[in-house]
Amino acid sequence: MNIHEYQGKQIFRNYGIPVPQGVAVFTADEAAAAAKKLIAETGNEVVVVKAQIHAGGRGKGGGVKVVKGEAAAKEAATKLLGMQLITHQTGPEGKKVQRLLVEQGLAIEKEYYLALVVDRDTRRVAVMASTEGGMDIEEVAEHSPEKIKRVWIDPAVGLQAFQSRQLAFGLGLSGTAVGEFTKILTNLARMFMEQDCSLAEVNPLILTKDNHVMALDAKLNFDENASFRHKEWEALTDLAEEAPTETEAKAAGLSYVQLDGNIGCLVNGAGLAMSTMDIINHFGGTPANFLDVGGGATKEAVTKAFKIILQSKEVKGIFVNIFGGIMKCDIIAEGVIAATKEMGLKVPLVVRLEGTNVELGRKMLNESGLAITAATTMADGAQKIVDLVKKGS
Amino acid sequence: MAILVGKQTKVLFQGITGSAGSFHAKQCMEYGTNVVAGVTPGKGGEKFEGKVPIFNTVETAVKESGANASCIFVPPPFAADSILEAIDAGIELIICITEGIPVTDMIKVRRVLDSQTKSRLVGPNCPGVITPGACKIGIMPGHIHKEGPIGVVSRSGTLTYEAVGQLTALGIGQSTCVGIGGDPVNGTDFVDVLKLFNEDPKTEGVIMIGEIGGGAEERAAEYIKAHFKKPVAGFIAGTSAPPGKRMGHAGAIISGGKGTAAAKIAAMQAAGVKMAATPSDMGTTLKSMLK
Repeated sequence: MNIHEYQGKQIFRNYGIPVPQGVAVFTADEAAAAAKKLIAETGNEVVVVKAQIHAGGRGKGGGVKVVKGEAAAKEAATKLLGMQLITHQTGPEGKKVQRLLVEQGLAIEKEYYLALVVDRDTRRVAVMASTEGGMDIEEVAEHSPEKIKRVWIDPAVGLQAFQSRQLAFGLGLSGTAVGEFTKILTNLARMFMEQDCSLAEVNPLILTKDNHVMALDAKLNFDENASFRHKEWEALTDLAEEAPTETEAKAAGLSYVQLDGNIGCLVNGAGLAMSTMDIINHFGGTPANFLDVGGGATKEAVTKAFKIILQSKEVKGIFVNIFGGIMKCDIIAEGVIAATKEMGLKVPLVVRLEGTNVELGRKMLNESGLAITAATTMADGAQKIVDLVKKGS
Repeated sequence: MAILVGKQTKVLFQGITGSAGSFHAKQCMEYGTNVVAGVTPGKGGEKFEGKVPIFNTVETAVKESGANASCIFVPPPFAADSILEAIDAGIELIICITEGIPVTDMIKVRRVLDSQTKSRLVGPNCPGVITPGACKIGIMPGHIHKEGPIGVVSRSGTLTYEAVGQLTALGIGQSTCVGIGGDPVNGTDFVDVLKLFNEDPKTEGVIMIGEIGGGAEERAAEYIKAHFKKPVAGFIAGTSAPPGKRMGHAGAIISGGKGTAAAKIAAMQAAGVKMAATPSDMGTTLKSMLK
């Protein structure tokens, strides 16, 4: 899961990682008050107003304003709040700005990049540092990979001080900044494991004009598998950042991702669900969603899943593709019938059932009186639903 | 012969009294798997289904029953501990079915695995391993399998069933089917399984099923190109997946332009793997490669 920059910076503070003074706000008046307070405390007229959305590239997209004085801060906040901020990570529709972070301005000597990430190849946490701060790190990796220095953390002993020094001197830091960098990285590494991060990115990490190291940004992703030991994550969730149907599906224990096509899919198993999308594409259709009902889904969960698909105005046809292992075909049939009874079925439905209790499942669907097109294989089903949707449009 | 599991495998179930553990232990026993022990802390001395002895610790279970394989159904908060307990007891083959183990836990488990040579882990978040007609350890539906010459290795459970179903419908049986699981940090990898299939005289060809995310398929392709002597048919799930979105499996995510289906398909084709155009063609693609 993702959280906002200001929330990430609060976690940084808890771990002794220095960040600029700042206040999270929801209105332009609050922004003005925050600017006034920061100016009084720091004696510096310059403040930064930053849009808080769950996407990178905010600076380039116009979501970060450096201004002088309280009135200018209010004006910037008025412009940012409510705008659709478009960055290379938001998609063309952008994301609506509803929260801002107002921060003290700082005199920056140099910007760096620092990140910790789970490296699947070494099965360890990798630390990446680069002198190319503030840049899109994927571009740096592609065009000048030698500018990214890496060390890997041995989980048995944790990050070692010498590794931090390797990176610090590699970045060209000197004097007290080396020690500050080492302390920041040590704390980041501890935070990464304790807070079950999958990514912790500081872009940029800065060296101030007076030779101090500070995190100017904070991007944290958490490993959702660890949510059972992080009850505090619920309070950090911003539902406005998630698609409402995805939130609803998650609450029902379903794995659901909304896509922009028009064929709804209900499948068991992540791999089969992904390849169901692929095969719909292969035959010239477009999937409306990824939906894995999982192996142990109940009739209620299947009903919920089917309702979520039926609710969508974009869906012009539905493909149910089940290879029952633990999942029993009759449970799927029950759920499909219950959901359609409640909501009606106005679009074509193609069902392919295979595996455990398949005969019973097929019999239940046949006797339900629903207009169902039966399919024998995945390819057969995908072709049928693509044809039916084309005919209907 | 087949690989990893067979008639000689003596299986222990960790978490045998839980709902999933007990259901699947029973299913495996009905298939003919030699289940010799169960472990549930606090229930030592009881019997499962009136015949399989239950122990408090894996250590005593191994001593008393001679188990050489373990199947783990312990819930995510305690699963890493269960894997470490099985390694400590010297179990040769540990198959972890549990889905949803935190990646930081698996990083630590992996460190311990890499520091020893006796135990091998398959999974987590996998359907398990089956040698048709001999031994089933996991949650796959036994009845769709058939004894025969084709090895199947996959990151996805239901797609493995799909491949097996297609092979069986074509009259082609399987030597062993291995689900390596959909997590970013796991135990046995494609290359490990391919090495075993390469040495196994009973295996005459392989279906390999990958998905988006990570670089395991690319590493497998390098190995196939350099060393693999048998025909391989392949499929990669996720051609149509958008970047940055987790597709169910924690490991199935395209990040930073890496782990795309297109890159994996190209690497596998360059290694001589014949790729199925759709997931419905995995069986026929493999068949077309057999003499």
